[in-house]
Amino acid sequence: MTGTLHRPLQLAARGLLVGGIAFVLLYVLVIADPSPDIGGNWRTTTFGSAFDDWQSFARTLLNGLTFAGLLFIVASGFSLIFGLMRVVNMAHGSFFLVGGYLAYEVQQEMTGAEGGFGILGEEVNTWEWVLPALVAAGVIAVVGLGVQQVFLRWNQGQELRQALITIAISVIVADQVIAHFNGGIASSVTWPGWSNRLISLPLLGFDYSLARLVVLTLGVSVGVALWTWLYRTRTGMVIRAGVDDRQMTSALGINIQLTFAIAFLVGSALAAVGGVVGASQGSVAAGQDGQWLLNSLVVVIIGGLGSLLGAVAGSLLYGLVFSFSAVYLPTTGDNCCTQYSIVFTFILLALVLAFRPQGLFGRAG
Amino acid sequence: MRVDSAKRLTERALAAIAIALAVSGPFIFNEYWVGFILTQTFLLGIAAASLIFLSAYGGMVSLAQVALYGIAGFALGNMVTTEGKGLILGWNPWLSIVLAILITTLVGFVFGAISSRSAGIYFLMITLTYSVIANYFFGQVTVVSGFSGISGIDLRAPSFVGAEAEDPTRLYYVALVVAVLVYALLRFVRRTPFGLALQGVRDEPVRMASLGFSVPLHRTLAFTLAAFVASLAGILYVWWNGQIDPATIGLQGTIDLLIIAVLGGLGRLEGAWIGAFFFIVINNYVRDVELPLVGGSFNTIIGLVFLAIVVLSPDGLSGLWDRAWGLIRRGGAGPDRPAVATGTAGPA
Repeated sequence: MTGTLHRPLQLAARGLLVGGIAFVLLYVLVIADPSPDIGGNWRTTTFGSAFDDWQSFARTLLNGLTFAGLLFIVASGFSLIFGLMRVVNMAHGSFFLVGGYLAYEVQQEMTGAEGGFGILGEEVNTWEWVLPALVAAGVIAVVGLGVQQVFLRWNQGQELRQALITIAISVIVADQVIAHFNGGIASSVTWPGWSNRLISLPLLGFDYSLARLVVLTLGVSVGVALWTWLYRTRTGMVIRAGVDDRQMTSALGINIQLTFAIAFLVGSALAAVGGVVGASQGSVAAGQDGQWLLNSLVVVIIGGLGSLLGAVAGSLLYGLVFSFSAVYLPTTGDNCCTQYSIVFTFILLALVLAFRPQGLFGRAG
Repeated sequence: MRVDSAKRLTERALAAIAIALAVSGPFIFNEYWVGFILTQTFLLGIAAASLIFLSAYGGMVSLAQVALYGIAGFALGNMVTTEGKGLILGWNPWLSIVLAILITTLVGFVFGAISSRSAGIYFLMITLTYSVIANYFFGQVTVVSGFSGISGIDLRAPSFVGAEAEDPTRLYYVALVVAVLVYALLRFVRRTPFGLALQGVRDEPVRMASLGFSVPLHRTLAFTLAAFVASLAGILYVWWNGQIDPATIGLQGTIDLLIIAVLGGLGRLEGAWIGAFFFIVINNYVRDVELPLVGGSFNTIIGLVFLAIVVLSPDGLSGLWDRAWGLIRRGGAGPDRPAVATGTAGPA
């Protein structure tokens, strides 16, 4: 791409990119108009611009950030496993799903609401949320470790074969979930009573779900914990060394297989924690394994595989684009345009791949 | 060398038998086999062949082929139908077929161009996101489909196909002819200068780039050709099934096509139809079997079969075949490397 002919093209493409981003930002901030009673044009949106209705803007922003928190919990596990072992764990979404269902079953058992319709928030104390989450994380961590030891340890380096093996596992898990977990119908884990309410936000002046803020806090905590682990402990140092040069690390006498096992434990546990949070925020249902595999893929393709910072950036971008495109597209008629919000996920992905094929924070090669 | 020519002869004989059986199919098999199992084998085999072509000659395992085939199906459905959901344009069937193929090929070009600088496992992930996004697109956008999809497309097929429900043998022969043509086309492309360069790009992208070949361009064009092939399968599918909805091109469908390709063998084009045949037969005759201990439906069985194949023989059934002949030739040792990695395609 360094040929003399390419240079003007490249500049033009970059100009278009910057112009496009600027337009989108301006549109959301000032250009959009709130809906009139009749009709509408390309500027008509549900809330209008941030200038017209900054509370709705702030709410959409918070929704995007909290979704990004959940995205990060799930995708960081996916990215950790890939970065160290070059294993694309296509069963990551299945771990998410089973994690959510396990927590649901345990919580039903603990609160004695077996087979009931749903549990009210007041009936759940903090412990009755934390313990199911811990059980789910523990069980899935062990399951993930088992999968790695049985199916992925002996064929290292055969990336495609490993991806195919984890796809086969995800097919089996998807069917087993329907057979053994509540028939695969939508099931929710209930947040503890204290978080299941709205609180009024200082300065912003509107009410917001406390549970969503808990998700955001959890996402940030997982990020801080992962950073501390990877950059401030010995195990983390070994993992980073393994990401850089696996053979050299093991040549130094470090047991790289043990490191792989630890990374798979942690990565799978993160998928399960994400599943529990997802099940508390909405619900888990058969078929969401594919949805969360997609979410993890989009985040790491945007951010760059195997990079912690990339997972943060990917989660934020995807979360915000997802949340804003659903609300800030023009609503000029019955058929336009909010239903096209999914296209923006694709545009985001395409733009990143066109300008940085290795992802925002990924390394080439 | 004697073993090689014996293998080639055996394969030619088997191919001749298969063609003879296929041509005389409607006179030999009952209606269920003709209309359901074999027609479906031909059309799913075409879609799988587009996947195997990319994998065997381009080193790119694409999970977007089902999405592309769905795009062709939805495009055709929107253009030809005169009532129901979608755009209901009611255009001429012939014009619509051409446009549906063009649209799909164009989308394939765009998809291919975006992912052309990625290879291997990245390519697999990127194409998987295309597939899921296409699925959501048709699920969300009610203008062109919406959740329940488009139906009655078979009623607007050109007269030489007719409605599938009335006379399944017409569509059977159409699908057979298209399948044979696709096979011949892809075999031909392999030997053209483009095909040879593509195989060079697969094995040594850096060396090919330094020889002056554009690696992204070759990948993009290969992907575009595969999208064209997938669009043919999509059009046959909507004639055969009569309707298409977002669930058709969901993750399940995407993975099913991958299973078909892996079952047949990612290294050889013939594997597409072999895999499709076995997959459809298993799917039909194992439906009511319930596994002891673990329970679950036939999908668990499909998953276990898939797992066994990728663990034991990553080259699928055609790989087993090659390996068996390798055993005869060398009196023991199997092939050194799996064809998935090298992508060597033997003669048929």
